[in-house]
Amino acid sequence: MSVATSGRTAHAGAKAKIARPELLAPAGNLEKLKCAILYGADAVYIGGQQYGLRANADNFSFAEMEEGVDFAHRHGAKVYVATNIIAHNEDLPGVHEYFRRLYEIGINGVIVADPALIEACKQAAPDLEIHLSTQASTTNWRTVQFWKNEGVSRIVLAREVSVEEIREIKERVDVELEVFIHGAMCISYSGRCVLSNHFTARDSNRGGCCQSCRWKYDLYEEGGEDELRQWGNAQETNAFTMSSKDLAVIHRLPEIIDLGVESFKIEGRMKSLHYVATVVKAYRQAIDAYCDDPDNYRLREEWLEEIKKSGHRSSTSGFFFYQPGHEDQLFGEAEEAAKYDFCGVVLDYDEDTRTATVEQRNHFAVGQQLEIFGPDHQFREVVKEIKDEEGNVLDAARHPLQRVKIKVSRPVRPWDLLRKVL
Amino acid sequence: MTRPELLATAADLEELKLVLDAGADAVNIGGSRYALRTTGRFSLEEIKQAATLVHQANKKLYLSVNSVMHNEDLDGLSSYLKSVTDTGVDAIVFSDPAVLMTVREEGLAIPLHWSADIISTNYQTVNYWGKKGVQRAELARELNMDEIIELKENAGIEIQVQVHGIMCIFHSKRELVSNYFNQAGQKVDHRSDHLKSRRLFLKEEKRQDQEYPIYEDDQGTHIMSSEDICMIDQLPELIDAGIDSFKIEGLMKPASYMEKVVRLYRKAIAVYLEDSKSYRNQANEWRREIEQIQPQGRPLTTGFFYKEQIF
Repeated sequence: MSVATSGRTAHAGAKAKIARPELLAPAGNLEKLKCAILYGADAVYIGGQQYGLRANADNFSFAEMEEGVDFAHRHGAKVYVATNIIAHNEDLPGVHEYFRRLYEIGINGVIVADPALIEACKQAAPDLEIHLSTQASTTNWRTVQFWKNEGVSRIVLAREVSVEEIREIKERVDVELEVFIHGAMCISYSGRCVLSNHFTARDSNRGGCCQSCRWKYDLYEEGGEDELRQWGNAQETNAFTMSSKDLAVIHRLPEIIDLGVESFKIEGRMKSLHYVATVVKAYRQAIDAYCDDPDNYRLREEWLEEIKKSGHRSSTSGFFFYQPGHEDQLFGEAEEAAKYDFCGVVLDYDEDTRTATVEQRNHFAVGQQLEIFGPDHQFREVVKEIKDEEGNVLDAARHPLQRVKIKVSRPVRPWDLLRKVL
Repeated sequence: MTRPELLATAADLEELKLVLDAGADAVNIGGSRYALRTTGRFSLEEIKQAATLVHQANKKLYLSVNSVMHNEDLDGLSSYLKSVTDTGVDAIVFSDPAVLMTVREEGLAIPLHWSADIISTNYQTVNYWGKKGVQRAELARELNMDEIIELKENAGIEIQVQVHGIMCIFHSKRELVSNYFNQAGQKVDHRSDHLKSRRLFLKEEKRQDQEYPIYEDDQGTHIMSSEDICMIDQLPELIDAGIDSFKIEGLMKPASYMEKVVRLYRKAIAVYLEDSKSYRNQANEWRREIEQIQPQGRPLTTGFFYKEQIF
């Protein structure tokens, strides 16, 4: 008896029910938090005003956290707060109060790298879940065991571990694991790089990383007698660089789901609303498709297409399946130009007049083709009419955050996004 | 005033003898396994010989078991730790908690020094490891003097500070040098020691006066600082702060350099403890002597000791 091949190796009989991993998305602000959850994230991680590693992100005030937690919990989602700096003495005062406050707000867990903060959290908010950050570079099962014994409830593994290693860790230690599945990557062991400190006196492990690894370098070799050979030349196309392609595993998701890892993390607290929505939606669909019916799972081309539309650099599977080589790095090749531009968010829809109220996020004009999408629908539409809120006819939506009304041929909903097709 | 320990690295038994003769109180070496960025790799037999030599001189030997460990590295870790404990080394220098776990599980009576390069930055973290039974922490080089002094005041365990030599500023598991040559169409055998022995360095596009050594080995790619720390002028501040151990890092330096530098720091510590007033005058001369043997293109620096960092 033959079954339509799914591209996976044959299994005897139907697969047992597969545990659905948590899909964990970045939320740089309240709007992104809501969007990530509506597009299918089971949990989001955010940064507060202190102790997070993204000093330049717009980060949450306590009041915004409260609103975010309320929204998330009403939608059955969780909120984690990144407190993953490597602390200096001056960072320590106030840290107990901070954790207590997070706990009172109803935050579900904190992501911590420095043992000083783990201890402070245990003392100040004993019931607040602690996740060990990838900044701690946890790469083996015994170290996972160590942190479990220390009261850490989840370990975010280093990006350097392979599926084989994850499998062994999972077998040996009974503790929640989390892995990065998508987004930009440090090319160093996370937390083991102070290039920013040395080049610009910005502390990379306290949120000051200026991504020096992605700069251009000359590579020289010293020989014998005054001999100096230049290999890479920063001024030319053959610069020595250390830029990783972005992680993406959507094409091999079942292999990673089968590991039984509890949480799949998407990188990108600094990324746009459009990125968050698009990437979350694609992985949500892929995870559900596999977990609902593993035997008939099939990788859908549209997921790969969507990931490309999110403004993704070219992809690598990181360390999951092999030690990354030069193909997994960016060596000065021109990035493929984006074919889509995020241009608006639907605020409201009037069924009677088939009119959507849209907040503009990028220029779009009458006659242009848009792709309109929400968590579970997507269609294309040529813009026929744009009006401002007073009803004046416009030829284009020119101003950021301007509210305009456009006619649509199919129903839309608040939080649907518009991208123009270039 | 307490006399701080003067600690030097050694690549082999020859260099070990040289730095002992020059006045080191303790020597840090790497073994044949699990040694990250150590100057050399001693076999078990050599570790035994080193321990004998060091102990005859009434000094101490520390062994680095400080690699970033993956599952496969755990095979043999406990037997390795047992064997090296039997050699008589005075402490194991580690960074991965797997070492601490294993030492504890095996009930090995060997002191542990925590040396995690970049991430030992505050006294609570240092004391956290203290509570886990660690006896000493080597601090991150990205701390300033005030932070170090405050940290020492609040630390319950010994504090070690690197006072001289090169710093690692980047560690990747990837073979970045091989990858570079490979993408340029040149085949490189990264399994050989080849890329470690070649003297390669990077210059950042906009910082052409700085040369950053880069090398590759079985643990990935390492980028090193363009300058060497030299704190011989400011040693009194660290002695006054009660820092327990001063480390001289010998990575990428010949033994003759180490011998000279250790001798000068030995003298500096002695002079300050005996006659602190004459220190200033002599310090300039010691610094000049070091400058004379500095490798070309590698200036001396006070690193982050007096530098403000932002984030």
